[in-house]
Amino acid sequence: MVPLSYYLILSGILFACGVTGFLIKRNIITIFLSIELMLNGANLSFVAFAAQWHALSGQVFVFFVMVVAAAEAAVGLAIIIAVFRTRETLNVDRVNLLKL
Amino acid sequence: MLSIETFVIVSVIKIVIALFVLLTAVAYTVWLERKVVGHIQNRWGPTRVGPFGLLQPLADGIKFLFKEDLTPPHVYKPLYIAAPMIALVCALTSISVIPVGNWVTVAGVHTPLQITDLNIGLLLILGITSMGVYGVALAGWSSNNKYSLLGGLRASAQMVSYEVSLGLSLVGVLILAGSFSLRDIVEAQGGHFWGFIPKWNIFYGGQIIAFFIYLISAYAETNRVPFDLPEAESELVAGYHTEYSAMKFAMFFMAEYANMITVACVASLLFLGGWHGPVFGPPILQAILPIFWFVLRVFGFLFVYIWVRGTLPRFRYDQLMAFGWKFLLPLAIANLVITALVVTLRS
Amino acid sequence: MEVHSGIEPMIHLTLFLLFGGICVAGAVNLLAQRHPINSALSLVVVMGSLAGEYLLLGAEFVAAIQVIIYAGAIMVLFVFVIMLLNAGEEERTGGSRVALLFGVPGMLIGTVLMAWVLLERSGTQAVSMGALPGPPKTIGWLLFHDFLLPFEVTSVLVLIAIMGAVVLASHPESVQQRNKER
Repeated sequence: MVPLSYYLILSGILFACGVTGFLIKRNIITIFLSIELMLNGANLSFVAFAAQWHALSGQVFVFFVMVVAAAEAAVGLAIIIAVFRTRETLNVDRVNLLKL
Repeated sequence: MLSIETFVIVSVIKIVIALFVLLTAVAYTVWLERKVVGHIQNRWGPTRVGPFGLLQPLADGIKFLFKEDLTPPHVYKPLYIAAPMIALVCALTSISVIPVGNWVTVAGVHTPLQITDLNIGLLLILGITSMGVYGVALAGWSSNNKYSLLGGLRASAQMVSYEVSLGLSLVGVLILAGSFSLRDIVEAQGGHFWGFIPKWNIFYGGQIIAFFIYLISAYAETNRVPFDLPEAESELVAGYHTEYSAMKFAMFFMAEYANMITVACVASLLFLGGWHGPVFGPPILQAILPIFWFVLRVFGFLFVYIWVRGTLPRFRYDQLMAFGWKFLLPLAIANLVITALVVTLRS
Repeated sequence: MEVHSGIEPMIHLTLFLLFGGICVAGAVNLLAQRHPINSALSLVVVMGSLAGEYLLLGAEFVAAIQVIIYAGAIMVLFVFVIMLLNAGEEERTGGSRVALLFGVPGMLIGTVLMAWVLLERSGTQAVSMGALPGPPKTIGWLLFHDFLLPFEVTSVLVLIAIMGAVVLASHPESVQQRNKER
């Protein structure tokens, strides 16, 4: 028997790592990866709460999160490619002009 | 119900046997390929080592073991070493859910002829196959060589694209069987239509289309001719494994053939009725015959693989992508919709 | 084949700690690595071990989809883009040092606080291995009955995302023109 709070703590740690990465990383791709990490942390708490309330809707929600993550990854990576093409850098600090 | 000790022992025995058989099969698929392609091209293939060159795989293995293991100075080392391992581990793991026959009782233990029967077995195979992309992509990237990089890029784009039609082609079968467990899918194919046509999925309505979609996308997934663009030797030297030698190269080689065998096993289980076939004779023969029918199907599928290699030229890359997205994917979706409609209307 | 014995809780805890440890190690490695491809691969490791955690909670279908879609498709896309852009090591600039100085301790304190609250007064129960089985059939039933409208809306969302990605990533003529002039 493992208390569900352990799962929730794990999910919290993952989310916190994601937030930290979002703050300290300067490479736009790594920032994107940190967002995915946060989504994963949220997914774990969805599944843990599904077990707590005996409601499968929690697990179904994970699919919606995944679909949103996939759509986000597709659009986000396209934006990254567009940014890299015009500015030739992936550092977010150098992407500070509205117009070239 | 088994006690935990028996469970562990039985599992370990099954894993050892499965790995041994799989690796032997890999070695002899290489031999078969060289022999068959040789005969197609009016040559003899391997003849020197042993009768009909049967010991050639052994000789090749020893050669790979004793060759110098070069690591070029400009590679990104951690990933360069990890990539072939990822490829091989992913290729070997997927055998764990493949059933090769019915339940048997050996020494008082009643056990299925497969390492483990999962109710998400097919999804596990798809998942592990999709992880196999990393081996190829990382090998291409970490080699720090333009041909390797191109091969890796091609491989990842191609495998992600064809995985979609591969997955969709299987959904029709899943709807018919109503389960992800490979054992259930095979058992749903027992019996005959009108007493003589076996009830295999390939004869079931439009599933023959699904079978061909699966066949084509599986060739692309395993980087085989006519879709072997990631390692196209006439354009990319050797593609993603240009910089690899000795055992590391052998790992990629084994992974490719192990993937072929897995694909052949899945095709036989899902479309060709698994181990169903005429069973007769004394009990010992009755136990062995299902395995024999299954191996025969896998062998047939592998033969077609090699036959295609000896026949078709390579696609151009834009043709490959256009074919996958504009032809195979719509066809797979149409097949899925029609199958779902038929099943719903019938029930 | 199910195995029942008295050591099941111990196995559960061990597996939880094993997968959880790999998860946290992967997440920390994501932060520590300078090269995006290493970060991406550690995220793949995190996702793989999260699939293990889902299995422990009984969500087998979620675990499989996690590996197929997240680790096998989305992350391959990331690796593909990193390879395509040939992204090098990250450079440190002024902004990240401030974030490092305040963000990391802040998040650490926040995590410890949250863990304390969860342990002391979350009111969650202890669960056994495979607590809430989520077989594909039931999940599918829920998706296509209770969640039909959200499901259809996500399909529109994906369609929009595909079109957006195509428009954004296709080479616009103005850029081609400028590259020619260079």
